[in-house]
Amino acid sequence: MKSTARRESYGVKRAPYAFLLPATILFALFFALPIGYAVWLSFHKVKVSGLGLGSGARREVWAGPENYTDALTDSELVHGALRVLGYGCIVVPVMLGLALLFALMLDTEKVRLAPLTRLAIFLPYAVPGVMAALLWGFLYLPDVSPFYFVLDRLGLPQPDLLDGGPLYLALSNIAVWGGTGFNMIVIYTSLQAIPAEVYEAARLDGASPLQIALRIKIPMVAPSLVLTFFFSIIATLQVFNEPTTLKPLTNSVSTTWSPLMKVHRDAFGDGDTHSAAAQAVIIAIATLLLSFGFLRAANRRQKQEAAR
Amino acid sequence: MPYTKRRRLVRSAVALVLGTTALAACGTESGDSEGGSGPVSLTYWTWTPGMDKVVDLWNKGPGKEDQITVTVKKQASGDTLITKILTAHKAGKAPDLVQAEYQALPTLVSNDALADISENVGDAESSFADGVWQQTTLGTDAVYAVPQDIGPMMFFYREDLFKQYGLSVPTTWDEFAETARELKKAAPDKDLTTFSASDSGLFAGLAQQAGAKWWTTSGDQWKVSIDDPATRKVAKFWGGLVKEGAIDNQPMYTPSWNKALNTGKQIAWVSAVWAPGTLTTAAPDTKGKWAMAPLPQWSAAENRTGSWGGSSTAVTTDSEHQRAAAKFAAWLNTDSEALNALAKESGIYPAAKNAQTSGAFLKPPAYFSNQADFYAKAADIAETTAPSAWGPNVNVAYTTFKDAFGAAAKNKSDFGAALSEMQADTVADMKKQGFEVAR
Repeated sequence: MKSTARRESYGVKRAPYAFLLPATILFALFFALPIGYAVWLSFHKVKVSGLGLGSGARREVWAGPENYTDALTDSELVHGALRVLGYGCIVVPVMLGLALLFALMLDTEKVRLAPLTRLAIFLPYAVPGVMAALLWGFLYLPDVSPFYFVLDRLGLPQPDLLDGGPLYLALSNIAVWGGTGFNMIVIYTSLQAIPAEVYEAARLDGASPLQIALRIKIPMVAPSLVLTFFFSIIATLQVFNEPTTLKPLTNSVSTTWSPLMKVHRDAFGDGDTHSAAAQAVIIAIATLLLSFGFLRAANRRQKQEAAR
Repeated sequence: MPYTKRRRLVRSAVALVLGTTALAACGTESGDSEGGSGPVSLTYWTWTPGMDKVVDLWNKGPGKEDQITVTVKKQASGDTLITKILTAHKAGKAPDLVQAEYQALPTLVSNDALADISENVGDAESSFADGVWQQTTLGTDAVYAVPQDIGPMMFFYREDLFKQYGLSVPTTWDEFAETARELKKAAPDKDLTTFSASDSGLFAGLAQQAGAKWWTTSGDQWKVSIDDPATRKVAKFWGGLVKEGAIDNQPMYTPSWNKALNTGKQIAWVSAVWAPGTLTTAAPDTKGKWAMAPLPQWSAAENRTGSWGGSSTAVTTDSEHQRAAAKFAAWLNTDSEALNALAKESGIYPAAKNAQTSGAFLKPPAYFSNQADFYAKAADIAETTAPSAWGPNVNVAYTTFKDAFGAAAKNKSDFGAALSEMQADTVADMKKQGFEVAR
């Protein structure tokens, strides 16, 4: 009797580990191990001797921080980061602004066909990024785009959307088109969670719908706004699909337009996995710092406000 | 309730176990045992459409006799496959046979991925033009692949529109430039052609025609001459045309480009023997209105062309049956039955000389039905292909080309500067990897 009890308690103690085991194994195999390998790669390089032909002419040697210093001093990577910064400055405010606006509009009392409208705004999110970029790519090309056909008929100027400044707008437009719906749903869901008494009290105090939206709704969904901002920053730093898909259509998008595209080119175009790994590690660290730095700042602010 | 929960747990545990066995299976997969006798099965990575049907002929014919079975695994074309082969080779698991473009051979050889099959396919040499065969030896005594298809470059133009605008077919590049200007004068919204930075192979072929040899070796050193006088001449020529607006500067292979060809906004294309296939899909409405002529020359006395595209069949060092694989590679690219099937099923232009004017190549391609001697002319042009010289990092030169020339074409700026950048990047990459580079 005593022994079975002990065995039982022993088994219960071990049970959590047994349940954790599959997840741990999968995490180690498909997450930790590849990351570890990437870090290992980033500290190595290929050393060729002589003509480099024949067997044994190519060795993998320790490179130290060489790949990292090369990446950090590479002007193309810096330029790519700046391009993405410019792109992000358009995408994030526009996308979140629209998402908030749509969510607030859907949340007003007198709105017709709300479910249909919600679905219509959300639907582009269900379109895969590459498809969206291909689709918009066609619309941006003057020779095949119906928009340009209409502009031409009306005798209006036809801007080149695949060059210079307008290129940023063209790229941002794809991201905004695809991402607004998702962010709107997140904000809208938290708007729905606000108890009706709050509105009732506000109305009794004589607040107009606009005042309710600005003074009550927006502050109360602030946590969702922080969350969507956080996701948007990460998505922006990882921009790859849109410029890669538009690249064959124009001379203005280089193979190193965004940092991730440069990683892709170095690894799969130039066959230099080692420096690509180093750049990938740098991008990952930068993403972590930026996104969690933002989260922390946002949390601190909220705490301060709560204390007030 | 507890019952269903337990059942779900059991089910997911089973799924996990199945998953791990699948993983284990991936890890322990290995080739057949060593030995010349006994049945052999080979894996072949290729992107050629219809290759499985050609391989069926082998498996049912000569392969059955020799007990060598080949299985085709369809792949993406070009650079993507190179990366995949190198990755597989790193794990020691590259397939027995791979398709590789000529310019990729040095990269593969320098990674020790390709086996020297000179002992097994040496007899095949006589079937190919010297310039083609030389690409598979890299100038050594070894043989790293058997040529499959080639892409001798030619000039394609709209016969009807040339007549309409009173243009004559250019035989030199000077005449080509004149033709472009004349067309601009006659029809300002039309272009003779475009300079596209989207395919490095086109520029490489044009430079090859001008006599460039981008990579050469002397002793234990590589010499990179991308920025040589011949290539500079080509770059300046096209840069000049773009700058003065005589030709377009937008990339090829876009919906816009298709439309330009299909509607006669662009009336010529510097391309290669495989152009009929591309034109069939890009410009279906203009079928029968195009004609082919030799590439314009740098001087009237010359008669040379470059190549754009073309590939070979190679045996990997990871293969445990290199002799059997080499035997198949030689059959595939020299046997008349195989070559006929390749032409019919895959639409490739064979590297083997005798196949270029027989079988499927007695008739012109359907798109060029108006030009009865299309393939006879093509074979003559193929014979004038200038030698090419590839190095171990063509991929780097090619990606730099796309960015540097793309920007130069966009800004209509100096193509010479773009060429210098291509040279500098290529040399820097080789030095970084540790190659001995002269100068």
